[in-house]
Amino acid sequence: MTLPSTPTDFTLAEARDAVRAKKISSTELTKAFVAAVESARSLNAFVTETPERAMAMAKASDARLVKGEAGALEGLPIAIKDLFCTKGVRTTAGSNILGNFVPPYESTVTQNLWNDGAVLLGKTNMDEFAMGSSNETSYFKPVLNPWRARNSNEGLVPGGSSGGSAASVAANLCLGATGTDTGGSIRQPAAVTGTVGLKPTYGRCSRWGIVAFASSLDQAGPMARTVRDAAILLKSMASVDPKDSTSVDVPVPDYEAMLAGGVKGLRVGIPKEYRIDGAPPEIDALWSKGGEWLKAQGAELVDVSLPHTKYALPAYYIVAPAEASSNLARYDGVRFGHRAAGIHDVLELYEKSRAEGFGAEVRRRILIGTYVLSAGYYDAYYSRAQKVRALILRDFTEAFKKCDVLLTPATPGPAFAIGAKTSDPVSMYLNDVFTVTVNLAGLPGLAVPAGLTRDGLPLGLQVIGKAFDEATVLRVGQSIETAANFAAKPATWWRAA
Amino acid sequence: MSAAPESPKERSKLINGQTGPWEIVIGLEVHAQVLSKAKLFSGASTAFGAEPNSQVSFVDAGMPGMLPVINRYCVEQAVRTGLGLKAQINLTSVFDRKNYFYPDLPSGYQISQYKNPVVGEGEVFIDLPDGETVRVGIERLHLEQDAGKSLHDQHPDYSYVDLNRSGVALMEIVTKPDMRSSEEAAAFLRKLRAIVRYLGTCDGNMDEGSMRADVNVSVRKPGAPLGTRCEVKNVNSMRFVAQAVEFEARRQVDILESGGSIKQETRLYDNRAGETRSMRSKEEAHDYRYFPDPDLLPLVLEDAWVKEIAKSLPELPDEKKARFMKAGLSAYDAAVLVSERETADYFEAMVRDGADAKQAANWLNNEYFGRLNKAGLTVSTGPVSATANSAIVQVVAANVISGKIAKDLLDIVWTEGGDPRAIVESRGLRQVTDTGAIEKAVDEIIAANPDKVAEVKAKPKLAGWFVGQVMKVTGGKANPQVVNAILKERLGITEEG
Repeated sequence: MTLPSTPTDFTLAEARDAVRAKKISSTELTKAFVAAVESARSLNAFVTETPERAMAMAKASDARLVKGEAGALEGLPIAIKDLFCTKGVRTTAGSNILGNFVPPYESTVTQNLWNDGAVLLGKTNMDEFAMGSSNETSYFKPVLNPWRARNSNEGLVPGGSSGGSAASVAANLCLGATGTDTGGSIRQPAAVTGTVGLKPTYGRCSRWGIVAFASSLDQAGPMARTVRDAAILLKSMASVDPKDSTSVDVPVPDYEAMLAGGVKGLRVGIPKEYRIDGAPPEIDALWSKGGEWLKAQGAELVDVSLPHTKYALPAYYIVAPAEASSNLARYDGVRFGHRAAGIHDVLELYEKSRAEGFGAEVRRRILIGTYVLSAGYYDAYYSRAQKVRALILRDFTEAFKKCDVLLTPATPGPAFAIGAKTSDPVSMYLNDVFTVTVNLAGLPGLAVPAGLTRDGLPLGLQVIGKAFDEATVLRVGQSIETAANFAAKPATWWRAA
Repeated sequence: MSAAPESPKERSKLINGQTGPWEIVIGLEVHAQVLSKAKLFSGASTAFGAEPNSQVSFVDAGMPGMLPVINRYCVEQAVRTGLGLKAQINLTSVFDRKNYFYPDLPSGYQISQYKNPVVGEGEVFIDLPDGETVRVGIERLHLEQDAGKSLHDQHPDYSYVDLNRSGVALMEIVTKPDMRSSEEAAAFLRKLRAIVRYLGTCDGNMDEGSMRADVNVSVRKPGAPLGTRCEVKNVNSMRFVAQAVEFEARRQVDILESGGSIKQETRLYDNRAGETRSMRSKEEAHDYRYFPDPDLLPLVLEDAWVKEIAKSLPELPDEKKARFMKAGLSAYDAAVLVSERETADYFEAMVRDGADAKQAANWLNNEYFGRLNKAGLTVSTGPVSATANSAIVQVVAANVISGKIAKDLLDIVWTEGGDPRAIVESRGLRQVTDTGAIEKAVDEIIAANPDKVAEVKAKPKLAGWFVGQVMKVTGGKANPQVVNAILKERLGITEEG
């Protein structure tokens, strides 16, 4: 294997092997990524950079490597979405209301990563409280997608809400990143930045220490340059956690080792409801191509139906805001985060602190959530949405009687221009039309880059699996990755001179 | 006056208004703090009286990303209480979020059980002083977390918040509207307190707030449908419960009799003024937007575990009382002895040491408890052991000392301690049963008091004077039966006066 000449062009697996083989030290590797992060500030992918911590962690990793105590991710620099609480490092959730909140505790997922030797480069930008599909709701300003349309200088969104993580992976600012996915927040930005994003089964990764958006849907997952890298990261991130009652005690397999074996004999379901009116023909064409690739490698394509798919988005926009309205009640200006100045009583303290602290999209969702839970509306909205949710899960259960995985498009289109959809929330919400079903059913879903649009923008396909069958999902993803041979990289226009 | 009530008992529970008698209808909601070292959803301590905010985990403070984990022991305590209330144990129950803003409620919601409580219907029997037993139905018992405490008197401009109580496990026990007088309400609370103390599930300490009651009061004409109720909040002593009921019932009768109507509202009991005051009307009631807490799975109990708890239940007051009555105690004596587990245990220890049950009960109720009450002590803190009291009862029963000397003996043991039997010997308290000595004393007194002898012959009731004289000269040690017999013979009294 020939290594790229620039360390920042390594995949995570390549870097791991090089570090272990002492071809490069973690310090050298980390220094290169710290420099890359600094030179890419125009992308606004990071809210907080932690170069000093990164170098210190790299040094410690090198010491462990010398002693032969290397963990699975020893010395590998990664980026963390700013929704994960990191002990001693400011955690904002992309919101002004958290102000300069510095958690005195470390989330389980990030602790797992540090335990395996990973190095923290910084905290990545994101939609405020993970509410958004374009990273434009961040209090810290939008992130730019490293990708631009051919012959265009127009700034594009990196998707959301894990837009900072997606952009930093796409721009080679880190070897991999964490994301969280409540309705598509890992898979949608991965798809529009030409990266790999996996939302694991609900309960696979602990939610402890991750700022909550919608508790029954939130799930952390890896964002990476390759399927293999995602498999490596997931193994480290996943764990059953006694501190999270909804985490599940299923053994964490060696996902990387399970990538081998191909898709021969695997039944791949093609759900007809994912063919939507008005989607660009390129999406449909890519989807068909994806099916053909898998068929060519020995998989069997099966037509399946998920009849309640069309109710998923409306149900999602009841359940997620309802839970959010309650989860975000704790941001009241009393104990931490932003507190409005010049207040006279407690009601004013709440009203002003929250009005100043939350952005428009978060306020909108809190209002929707409060409304759907109100006396007299609960049955019409929340109860019904939960019933829809049960039906959607049943759809998947039925479909999986006929197939092993499902193949769908990841997004209804490529990255769009900054500001193009901000005035129309519904068109923004439609970005998640292919991804929310998976969250409602709690299943694993993987976005894998599969091709470029005519304008040269990345598009992804989605592989959906059975609960806790991430191994098969990743294996299918790798088959697509291999067949697509997606080697395109964005031009490095963002680099500081 | 209207038609006479059916029985004097019924009659006594009515209150009189200008338009005739009214019936009070009372239901209680009791908050009982679960006896547990740790909180309901965190490992923080529950000890009373600690420095403010010294017993607060990140979960209790509602920090971002923190998740509740149910404390198994608190659930066990709730189940144990449910079994003690002869109630239905629900093998599946659900924790819900009750959403409202208050500075001492850090998450902006209280985790409680709304639609599916862990314990369903049960019953409690209360004994009234007139010997009547009343059944009070239990509607439900659910687990919930306590809020913190707002301190408004620490600073002229600011309120302070102490979160030590935040997250402490409470059992909310709701009765059916089965009580008809303030005495019944107080008797119910006393009985409930006894039951939870027997079970070891709550210390029942109303001063420290480990038991608090909200009282629902309505009035109606006997036989009429239920009237509109008012909820009187936070009544924190037995005495205040009785006072609050009396005040509130009278207030409602006055309104109704002057042509008004009762508004359903929440009222606060002011124990200094001895009155209830309006807190908020039904229209102002919070919309709590209950929904199942997505951070917690439904609480599923194994039937075998519940049965195990049932097997470990101690003998409860009702069963104990029945057993004591079988041993010959009156209903009243038995009820007094079982009202506190430690009292019943003390009594049983006396019997185990050889005292007759009935004599032991009489001794405690007539002699020992009075002294304890006067000294502000209990059987556990009092100076005389069950063994010592048992010995006193036994030496009386064996005619070794008289009942009168027994009181002196108790005084000695109370102040000086020691073995009662040894004291009887060392201080020469043994009663004189030597007929010769008593005969001699009797003869001397008769000889010295011829006028009294004549009086007694006319009025045999006056023989008591001679008994007193004999006792005086024998230092109280003469056996009263022997004295009586000899006196009767010598004075020629044939029958009891």
